[in-house]
Amino acid sequence: MIKLKGITKSYTVGNNKLEVLKGIDLHIKDGEFVSIMGSSGSGKSTLLNILGILDEADSGEFFLDDKKIDSLTEYKAAKYRNEFLGFVFQSFNLISYKTALENVALPLYYKKVPRSERTKIAQKYLEKVGLSPWEDHLPSELSGGQKQRVAIARALVTHPKVILADEPTGALDSVTSHEVMKLFREINNEGITLIVITHEHDIAEMSDRIIHLKDGIIIDEPVNELISTSIKSNSL
Amino acid sequence: MIDLDKWQEIFSTIRKNKLRTILTGFSVAWGIFMLIILLGSGYGLENGVSKEFAGDAVNYLSINAGVTSEAYRGMKPGRRIQLKVEDRELLHGLVNVDESAIRNVIRNVNTISYKNQYGSFQIFSVTPHYQDLEALIMMKGRMLNDNDERDIRKSVIIGRLVEEALFKNEESLEKYINLGGVLFKVVGVFDDPGSDRDLTRVYIPASTGNRVYGLANKIRTIALMLGNSNTEQSIETVEQVKKAVAEKYKFNPDDRRALFIFNSIENYQKFMSLFAGIRMFIWVIGIGTIISGIVGVSNIMTIVVKERTKEIGIRKALGATPWSIISLILQESVFITAFSGYLGLVSGVLLLEFISSVLPADTPYFSEPEVNIQVALGATLILIIAGVLAGYFPARRAASVHPVVALKDE
Repeated sequence: MIKLKGITKSYTVGNNKLEVLKGIDLHIKDGEFVSIMGSSGSGKSTLLNILGILDEADSGEFFLDDKKIDSLTEYKAAKYRNEFLGFVFQSFNLISYKTALENVALPLYYKKVPRSERTKIAQKYLEKVGLSPWEDHLPSELSGGQKQRVAIARALVTHPKVILADEPTGALDSVTSHEVMKLFREINNEGITLIVITHEHDIAEMSDRIIHLKDGIIIDEPVNELISTSIKSNSL
Repeated sequence: MIDLDKWQEIFSTIRKNKLRTILTGFSVAWGIFMLIILLGSGYGLENGVSKEFAGDAVNYLSINAGVTSEAYRGMKPGRRIQLKVEDRELLHGLVNVDESAIRNVIRNVNTISYKNQYGSFQIFSVTPHYQDLEALIMMKGRMLNDNDERDIRKSVIIGRLVEEALFKNEESLEKYINLGGVLFKVVGVFDDPGSDRDLTRVYIPASTGNRVYGLANKIRTIALMLGNSNTEQSIETVEQVKKAVAEKYKFNPDDRRALFIFNSIENYQKFMSLFAGIRMFIWVIGIGTIISGIVGVSNIMTIVVKERTKEIGIRKALGATPWSIISLILQESVFITAFSGYLGLVSGVLLLEFISSVLPADTPYFSEPEVNIQVALGATLILIIAGVLAGYFPARRAASVHPVVALKDE
């Protein structure tokens, strides 16, 4: 599903050139649930931004669903994001003046789905994350866990191939965090590839594979056979 | 229209940001409102003055004699100059003169009666061409003519208000009215598009006036009609008049108090160029007001974009194309400017209509303030363009916001 070859990225901060990614080679298979771990400054957010076509690599090759992602126009990038990707952020990034339902329906608007159908689909996904009774609430009227579930519903609503989650549990308590991860696992079981960025071990250990990033390179990527199979069998 | 969803997006944004939208709209509405009021008032002023002119021809000289103020050829200053009937013949021959006329004001009589109705009205005795100069419109009957003048008839034409006062609902034509003890037959009733003052007058033949009221051959005013003469030609005639009259009555042609000449051509031209100036002034102010409105909208849209940077980032992450962001901001801006501009337009026009309706009909130099449809349409067009301009630059900035940067923005 995702192939990275020799991805580098640097930022210029004042007179200093800051190398954030120093050659990333990564292969994520279709339907995999991986987590990317690393301390702050390890380049994990930059990697996620590149994976999300929110940012462009300086060099290297990036294939998403066998399509080469390379110097896209803004329009094309927007199309790919809308079609292939779903985002979940640490700070939820819901639009404050839209209700839960409207937030979930927004990606469908950019996919040019007719309004009535949009509402129907959005309601279905809100139900899936267990928030149907809250569909007319504004984000400010929801708890952190509820907001993140709205954000997940929004990421799911376009049937993306990949969901990218940047510290999805960073603003949540441990109970809620585990609920969110359980939800991610259910989503993954439906065949959606999931990439979660986190710095929490217990969260990372709920994924199939943990990619450790340090100073812009991957130091190891162990497959978490035991945990993934146990969770998989539990939920089945 | 095409994209109903976009409108729903825009309306929900507007609903959620009422104060901001109202403030933005207000600056535009105010600009257009002021432009309409300015243009309307300018037009009203112009209209009012044109109306004053409409009562009279604008191609004549009116000559009145005064008192000399300078010694000349051995004669002392302070001599009263008195024009005579025959002076008209003298001036009639001057360059550019088409027609000439005499006007006297009968001063010793001002009470006019019919049966037991009395009124105090101005009596003018005039030769027939004077009626053209006043641009009288006959409502019924006829004007005074050459026969009245030649035969020294006791004919009179009366203003509409005179007829109303003396005759009430009775027919006035062919009736005799009493002008200070002398009966005159009403041969016509006139209207005058100028001020109402002109409608409280009666006109009798100049010859009759001079004979009946003991003026001998003295006259007060000579009017010269100059046809299609332009300002330069009229000034040329003025100089000739001064020379001729000064020659005859022996005073310095440059003596400003001996002879008063009113040049309506020059006067009219002055007013016309004054109006051209006022019109330009109003447009400059009006456009300035609109520009400040545009700058206001642009400013607010810039703030809007800044405020919504994060939201734009989210939208981009969810798959919004740059154009969808630009058109969203642009459409919002155009909608706000067009809508509030239209409000300003309508309220400005309503205020003008209101002023127009409560304004006394004979307010001097101001009448029927209004804006014509072309100006209103033009202003609307300017507004829409303004909305596009006001929104475009902030919108372009919004579209170029990098989603990563936007999402970091807390």
